[in-house]
Amino acid sequence: MTTTTAVPQAVPQAAPPPSRRVPLLTRLARHRWLFLLLVPGIAYFALFKYWPMYGVTIAFQDYLPVLGFADSPWVGLKHFDRLFTSPEFPRILGNTLVLALLNVVFVFPAPIAVALLLNELRVGLLKKFVQTAIYIPHFLSWTIVASLTYLLFALGDGAVTQLATSAFGQDPQFLTAPEWFRPVIILQTLWKSTGWGTIIYLAALAGVDQHLYEAARIDGANRWQQLWHITLPAIRSTIVVMAILLSGNLLDTGFEQIYLMTNSLNREVADVFDTYVYFTGITQGAYSYSTAIGLFKALVGIVLIFGSNWLAKRFSQNGLF
Amino acid sequence: MAVKNNTPAGRVFDAVNVAVLVALAAITLLPFVYVVAGSLAGEAEIATRSFFLWPREVVAGAYDYIFSTDTFVRSLVVTVCVTLVGVLVQVMATFTMAYPLSRRSLPGRVLILNLVVFTMVFGGGMIPTFLVVRELGLLDSYWALILPLAINPFYLIIVKNFFQELPEELQEAARIDGCSEIGVFFRIVLPLSKPILATFALFYAVAIWNDFMSPLLYLSDPDKWTLQMFVRQVTVSSDLANTLGQLDPNYIPPEQGLKFATIVVATIPILIVYPFLQKHFAKGILIGSVKG
Repeated sequence: MTTTTAVPQAVPQAAPPPSRRVPLLTRLARHRWLFLLLVPGIAYFALFKYWPMYGVTIAFQDYLPVLGFADSPWVGLKHFDRLFTSPEFPRILGNTLVLALLNVVFVFPAPIAVALLLNELRVGLLKKFVQTAIYIPHFLSWTIVASLTYLLFALGDGAVTQLATSAFGQDPQFLTAPEWFRPVIILQTLWKSTGWGTIIYLAALAGVDQHLYEAARIDGANRWQQLWHITLPAIRSTIVVMAILLSGNLLDTGFEQIYLMTNSLNREVADVFDTYVYFTGITQGAYSYSTAIGLFKALVGIVLIFGSNWLAKRFSQNGLF
Repeated sequence: MAVKNNTPAGRVFDAVNVAVLVALAAITLLPFVYVVAGSLAGEAEIATRSFFLWPREVVAGAYDYIFSTDTFVRSLVVTVCVTLVGVLVQVMATFTMAYPLSRRSLPGRVLILNLVVFTMVFGGGMIPTFLVVRELGLLDSYWALILPLAINPFYLIIVKNFFQELPEELQEAARIDGCSEIGVFFRIVLPLSKPILATFALFYAVAIWNDFMSPLLYLSDPDKWTLQMFVRQVTVSSDLANTLGQLDPNYIPPEQGLKFATIVVATIPILIVYPFLQKHFAKGILIGSVKG
């Protein structure tokens, strides 16, 4: 996101004025070695980013592999019609929105709370230890996180299962019961991402002028008042930026995580857009239909990020772009 | 940070705070300790004790077993090779593209940068990307795990910004001495970027090592599976007989122990590079650029 602001300055001021009159061809020739270095990168973006982007047009076609993106017959909004009238649609949308809501309520504030707690810690060594520990899960794959979950929450012999069984008197069936699917997903996300999420808030907190606290204490402010009047205002803009970024990814429920935790018994609540695209597209081969689903989701994401950016600018002068 | 406030309420808060944070650290670390302990325990011990931090008797049977199976060893070798080749490709592609883009005099620079940034907001999505990979004939090829992820646009921008901050005089001096642009890049710029090069190599390596979606999408042949696919099959699907293939009918494998050992092997490389990763992200290389 930094580049969008950096780009306008790119118009060369440093170059002496005559160079502006040098014909484009000469300027291109002068930079031929730089363009040579650009070739692999441009080829990458053309092949793996812009070609698939062009491929999104198959959402309005009946894609046939032999005809390719360019020549498959156009069918207009047929696949979107099918999606919006499908009985599956309300269920998938609902599942996605519920997970998004749970993310907003539980996952988003968690790193803020932990960063504030870490900030209050007086023992430097302990702080370092806690930080080192809670950053680790960010670097583990979802496969590993899912595996650990299966070991600890497995039917019958998982450590957490046994604990819960002795507490409730029966096995809660964490991994297969539909009502446990969402809590387990949220717990996984919290475990994996909370620690890493604190970094950006801790960076903001480190920038707070310590004299403010000193002055507040002299004025008799207690720790709550210091938190409320100094610390929170100091990280408010960071919170707003993170909230805007989150809104753009609201419907990204994380394909790998959900896919790994989905099984035939919890499909009813587990199916979200990301995995539904996979099951209809890759497993069943409905390429055009699944592309339409993916496009719908992506467009909602774009509307959300621009909408929340507009709201943030309007109400707190803290927009992202 | 050190708020000096020694009221009784303040001291209670401090005590609770320490307890909460230590508990968080424990919740993060305990699953690892349990998995390592379980991988070294006998099958009977895993079956009878629900949670333990160290086995009563250390046995390496699970490791002996997985390292004696073709499937596991093959997936491990494949993953190591794909990671090494992948990082080489990714670092080269990212750094060679970032350098020209860091040169303000390059015609078309702004256009290219905007096109790169646009891919961070909008993408083709899973299915069109899959169809492109198929069209390129990369299905069931290890290149499908590398090429579609060759450049992380986010990293590209950070590296470009880093290049822009290198002292211009050095490059200018080399140019005056008759060094070509490519010479400047390889002899001046790259040697100056060794630390950041190492950082991004590590971040790319972790991403490829952990990647589960690409092998799931692009590799249908079970003989080509990577470690993550193997881990998932052993622990989540837990269809051991199918996964390990060549099971000796006379030998009953320590099923639980296998799961533990597989997880440990897949996790250890990450834990080894973690201190280096932490050194860099703690320095704020990545954070600074997020904040903008």
